[in-house]
Amino acid sequence: MSESNPPPSLPQKIRDSILPSSLDPQTDRERKLMVLDNIILHLHPTTLPEKTLQFTMTWGLGGMAALLTMILVVTGVMLMFVYTPSPDRAYNDILTLQTQVWFGQLVRNIHHWSGNLMVVVVFLHMLRVFFTGAFHHPKQLNWLLGLTMLLLTLAANFTGYLLPWDQLAYWAITVGTGLIEYLPIFGKWIQTVILGGPEVGAATLLNFYSLHIAIIPLALLGIMSLHFFRVRKDGGVVVPRAAGAEVEKKLQHVTTIPHLVVRELVVAMVMMAALLLWSMFMDAPLESLANPDVSPNPAKAPWYFMGFQELLLHFHPLIAALLIPMTALTMLAILPYLDPDIDGAGVWFRSVKGRVMGLVAVIVALIITPSLVVADEYWLDFAGWLPSLPMFISNGLVPLAIVLLGLIAFYDGMKKLFKATYCETTQATFILLLISFLTLMVIGIWFRGEGMALIWPW
Amino acid sequence: MMTTSTNTTAEDPTRRDFLKMAWVGLGGLALAETGLMSMAFLMPRVAEGEFGGLMEAGLVSDFPPNSVTPFNQGRFYLSRLADGGFLALYRKCTHLGCSVPWLPQENKFVCPCHASAFDATGNVLNPPAPRALDIFAVTIENGTVTVDTGTVISRDKFDPTQLVYA
Repeated sequence: MSESNPPPSLPQKIRDSILPSSLDPQTDRERKLMVLDNIILHLHPTTLPEKTLQFTMTWGLGGMAALLTMILVVTGVMLMFVYTPSPDRAYNDILTLQTQVWFGQLVRNIHHWSGNLMVVVVFLHMLRVFFTGAFHHPKQLNWLLGLTMLLLTLAANFTGYLLPWDQLAYWAITVGTGLIEYLPIFGKWIQTVILGGPEVGAATLLNFYSLHIAIIPLALLGIMSLHFFRVRKDGGVVVPRAAGAEVEKKLQHVTTIPHLVVRELVVAMVMMAALLLWSMFMDAPLESLANPDVSPNPAKAPWYFMGFQELLLHFHPLIAALLIPMTALTMLAILPYLDPDIDGAGVWFRSVKGRVMGLVAVIVALIITPSLVVADEYWLDFAGWLPSLPMFISNGLVPLAIVLLGLIAFYDGMKKLFKATYCETTQATFILLLISFLTLMVIGIWFRGEGMALIWPW
Repeated sequence: MMTTSTNTTAEDPTRRDFLKMAWVGLGGLALAETGLMSMAFLMPRVAEGEFGGLMEAGLVSDFPPNSVTPFNQGRFYLSRLADGGFLALYRKCTHLGCSVPWLPQENKFVCPCHASAFDATGNVLNPPAPRALDIFAVTIENGTVTVDTGTVISRDKFDPTQLVYA
């Protein structure tokens, strides 16, 4: 390199100080150097196993979540320039944004739809990791970090939901924070601190704004960096293989440039194009100005909490708002420390048997859940049948015990019927609960009308 | 560094341990102080003159027995029962916090959110609401009814001692 080189020109010196390696690498060595020298690209290894490039392994979901975070930061900061977090100004600012500001409606739409899409993408990412068994040692911490980011994503969405200060926002947050009151001992106090008073008001808007624009994004970006770092430290994403295939010891590696980077760019561009098109034609909802005197009928929490609101119609609040969500969260958190079947890593649904059992679980959930909801709406009345017992037992522990017995029966039945492993049976039970919860969510969102009575949506 | 003498090795770690404990203790204390300060900083602030102060509802004679009068500014209903007793009911549903409207034809409060219903004393007629509507303290002086919206009083169900008479 240094045999007959003339001294570099000034522009060349400046360019080299910014980007030390070639932007048009010709050899594998240059491709690896480019990854190492670039602050963004060096999140990646220089080479990676060719098999992990398979799109149907990761579906690009983690990358999509990261890109959505960036889109949300950019559009969110733009919105901060036109928005005032006070009940007197907030709603008008949104109207001004939509009618007076150039591209205001579009920026709001992109922010709104990206936020909603992110809940879906992060959730799917979690399911992907679970169903490919990609959370075992040494990836347990990353599973926990991912779970934390799912909660932060929900928190970001929920705090953002209030900011337009319309009827939809006001009552969704009233109902959503109403759930907190049922936490024992500290519930009322936590609710009052979050709301900044006894009900949603000016203090709530300011609290939510600060959380939405500073605390939650900073926490999310910090944990995200740690998450990426751990993906590298844990040896990259799980290596996919067919059911029954041996774990390969010697893996064919390819350079990150162009193999991974090109795939990432394709996913990013397709997602951005879809998001932009959708946002051009679908406006973010905005109802009339928030009116604390008049609750709409029905008043629903944000869609991602509708599963819990639906549960509240069937169980005592202590069970629906506390016991079930906390148990679900605890189970998810300790899952990577319980599951002993490391052999299943990289195989979708563990095994062929796991897939069949999962399908059975889906069918069972799709039949049982709506049946139970309809039965509870029209026939079941534990509080009326057991009037001498407190509501917590008659409308809480009794139905919960019945559901738990059903779950145990399902677990035992599946294990015996399929002669399945612990892991395959747990997975089937997880799928049963997952599909049941999603069914409750769908019922809550579309099949509940005035007074939360069951309706047909069309 | 360490001498082999037995009495110094027995003494040194003790002093070191003490200092280590002192540092950890002081660090913990500083952390707790900062935490408490942040918490105090974030405590709810009450806006003056808004909901949350004393509200004058009107003269006793303005409210006939068996009537329920809404006060939107104060977020309460002044309910006067058949025997003349007054009760100020907070309009926030005890289920999830929606505002419950009074339906005079049906003589009850019905929550639009989840169909909880309450009677004129605030008692639950229909779940999912787990307890009666919360109340505010009522005082009657010189024929004027005053309601203190500063403190929400929660209760399981209606009890005649909650009534205030002129």
